[in-house]
Amino acid sequence: MKISLNVNGKSVTITAADPQMPLLYALRDDLGLHGPRFGCGLGQCGACTVLVDGSAVRSCVTPVVSVDSKKIVTLEGLGAAGKPHPLQQAFIDEQAVQCGYCINGMIMQAAALLQTNKKPTDQEIKAGLAENLCRCGTHLRIVRAIKRASEVTA
Amino acid sequence: MTRHISEEGPISATRRDFFKTGGALVVTYSLGACTSGPRVAADQVAPPKTVALDQVDGFLAIDAKGRVTVYSGKVDLGTGIQTAMAQIAAEELSVPLDRVTVIQGDTLLTPDQGVTFGSQSIQNGGMQIRQAAATARQALLAEGAAKLGVERGTVGVRDGVVAPKAGGKGIDYGTLIGGGNFRLTVDPKATLKDPKDYTIVGKPIARIDIPDKVTGRFTYMHDFKRKGMLHARVVRPKAMESTLQSWNDSDCRKLPDYVGVVKKGNFLAVLGRTEWAAIAASRTIETTWSDWAGLPDQSKLWEYVRSTKVSKDEDLQKVGDAAEALKTANAKTVTASYNFAIHTHGSIGPSCAVAEIVNGELTCWSASQQTHLLRKQIAKMLSMRPDDVRCIYVEGAGCYGRNGHEDAAADAALIARETGLPVRVQWMREDEHGWDPKGPPTLFDYQAALDDKGNVLGWQSEVFIPDRPKDLAVALLTAELANLPHEESHPGNIQGSLAIPYTFPNIRVIAHWLAETPFRPSWIRTPGRLQNTFANESFVDEVAAAAGVDPLEFRLKNLNDPRGAELLEALAKLAAWKPRASQVAASGDVARGRGLAYIKYDLVRTYVGAIADVEVNLKTGKVLVTKFYVAHDCGQIINPDGLRNQIEGNVVQTVSRTLIEELTFDRSRVTSVDWASYPILKFPEVPDVAVKLIDRPNEKPWGAGEPTSAVVPAAIANAIYNATGARMRSVPFTPAKVQAAIKLM
Repeated sequence: MKISLNVNGKSVTITAADPQMPLLYALRDDLGLHGPRFGCGLGQCGACTVLVDGSAVRSCVTPVVSVDSKKIVTLEGLGAAGKPHPLQQAFIDEQAVQCGYCINGMIMQAAALLQTNKKPTDQEIKAGLAENLCRCGTHLRIVRAIKRASEVTA
Repeated sequence: MTRHISEEGPISATRRDFFKTGGALVVTYSLGACTSGPRVAADQVAPPKTVALDQVDGFLAIDAKGRVTVYSGKVDLGTGIQTAMAQIAAEELSVPLDRVTVIQGDTLLTPDQGVTFGSQSIQNGGMQIRQAAATARQALLAEGAAKLGVERGTVGVRDGVVAPKAGGKGIDYGTLIGGGNFRLTVDPKATLKDPKDYTIVGKPIARIDIPDKVTGRFTYMHDFKRKGMLHARVVRPKAMESTLQSWNDSDCRKLPDYVGVVKKGNFLAVLGRTEWAAIAASRTIETTWSDWAGLPDQSKLWEYVRSTKVSKDEDLQKVGDAAEALKTANAKTVTASYNFAIHTHGSIGPSCAVAEIVNGELTCWSASQQTHLLRKQIAKMLSMRPDDVRCIYVEGAGCYGRNGHEDAAADAALIARETGLPVRVQWMREDEHGWDPKGPPTLFDYQAALDDKGNVLGWQSEVFIPDRPKDLAVALLTAELANLPHEESHPGNIQGSLAIPYTFPNIRVIAHWLAETPFRPSWIRTPGRLQNTFANESFVDEVAAAAGVDPLEFRLKNLNDPRGAELLEALAKLAAWKPRASQVAASGDVARGRGLAYIKYDLVRTYVGAIADVEVNLKTGKVLVTKFYVAHDCGQIINPDGLRNQIEGNVVQTVSRTLIEELTFDRSRVTSVDWASYPILKFPEVPDVAVKLIDRPNEKPWGAGEPTSAVVPAAIANAIYNATGARMRSVPFTPAKVQAAIKLM
């Protein structure tokens, strides 16, 4: 089945043998993106998070057919190393990464949060990211980075 | 689709049919495009390069443009050591940091500097690189002076240019060595740069890897691909030691892009041309397994550990005669038993690897912390020569020890060998939680005797831990399942830090090495030292309370170590510690308290002290750690921001392990196989962390990846005691256990 996706502002068509295949595999395997990450396949950890029409969505449990024609933004779509998004720059400034495997989810979740709450408190940031897991224990830096980004963009 | 059942035959990279090799059954269907086109050879092939630990060329190369390549056997597991190694080399060579590239963990290119574990990367691996760089620098200075026609003593080096110190024309490294070999033995006495001249080491340099990681441009192991690569998923046994009785993949064959299976012994994997096809097949294939229920009853785990056969006893520390001292008439005695639950590594990215065989040579890309050891293990499993196996490190999700990365690598290697095709194996979440090796259950008994002035007369501790086979390696799960040659699993050096830093007159510390443990044991961050320090520093707190002495004062009184005392005093100042003899009185539903713990890691290196502030809900038993204060002395600091990042991570991860984490299992297998059944700490419960770094630029740099974790559980336990009067002697401190301990008072 052919499915049209709008990813990072570009229209692409993929052929999905199984339309129920999670979006994550279309993004990673069909489109070769590295931002969204496989962490649990259960929607429990947040590593696979992308924006779908502006909302943070767990791509590992989102059937690809369900996002046909919707606007998908991945970590790559926010910005690049030479021209990072304010959140990405803030994560660099705060050195808010250890292994970084969860960081895609942290940034994408934060991007969604900042759309609805431009000046979140630390407590609101922590609540907003409560379902994003980090094992390295980089949480404090992540909170500082999101706070910093909110101060830049607000 | 045509069904091919394999026959005995040699592996050939060009044949498109399938083989029964080494007893493995390989069945595939309609391979189609995946072998079309030219096969891609391992493209990292480099000219012959020494990997000898005593050769400068083992660690360093400088090209014609003066760019430096560092070959590091220690790998960056997300801890920032790639940047730290670059800093060390750039500093010692006096070249700008951006001219340095670090190649990590490639068995063809990097020296075997040992497993990346035990907080040894900087203190051992980094110092080997520093010494190689110092040797190179001295040689380049001599060569430069000779080329410039001046005395050796009159030249210096700056930004990779050797020039007269008085000024004048210089000559750059690229011209001096220009891609050639140093052909120099590392000089252990080569003069090191004076730390007062450092411009790169000791500075909070931004990590090299972070810009790509936050923009989705980083290639993790999980992103790595080979042309024509198949995707595989391993089909797990019903119980840990079940035997595969039958399997039927007829429904899989209806799935698009399904390829087939590889079966060897109890190892069963399904293959697909796409990742989703492999996943779908793993959920579709029908299997029958024998029953097995050989695990202990989890509700009686500690009785099981206590009754396990002891293979040998070992004194880890013996001072005076503790047994006699404990019998002293009229002495006040304190006894306690502690236990520490089984933990899983819990990497956010389940293990992943890619392997392929070309012309009989196996290349395996893995996020392994131990590529040199992995190479030997895979060679043993497949009865290959180690020289025919190359393992290349590609950074993955943080592993925090020996998790499933090596097993996934072995899965990929076996499937690649059996099919002759490049294969990517990605573990699913239930594979990682259910089948990675575990931190073993640990049980302790303590006794102490005090005189009427609060002096400790005798101290005795006993630990029950799984025995260590000769070789330091965890068996490859693949080899166990496939009945292929493998090692006995080694739990790591888990006896570390059970010996105590205090100057009691009579001390005996005993390890009861156990003949069995329920799960494949391995090292998880701060192996042994975490459990041992939980018990030691909790019991110190109990003894101090029995003596009626403030916990800080008690430690200072019983330490004969000025550096340790300085650290504790810095900690007390950081946290504004107020002396007290025992717990504070609680009021209302929430009790607040603070606790302290201290370690000199393995009694020979990094010093850490920590104070935890906690809130205990007396009704629910829920513990919230609100703040951690850490004082840290690891000698010379390479990168203070990287160090702080590690310390913060140690605290947060270990608060999680202390309050929440516990592997669950039934008699057949692990039952905590996802983040719902094995939860970890979430953002709202993360404590603030205040850090005091004690930098000693003229001392040896010691490790920092683990030591802070060691002091976290006891600091929390002692804080709960301070808040409530209840002693928490069993990790994790779940609300139910806290409630029960409060009720006991």
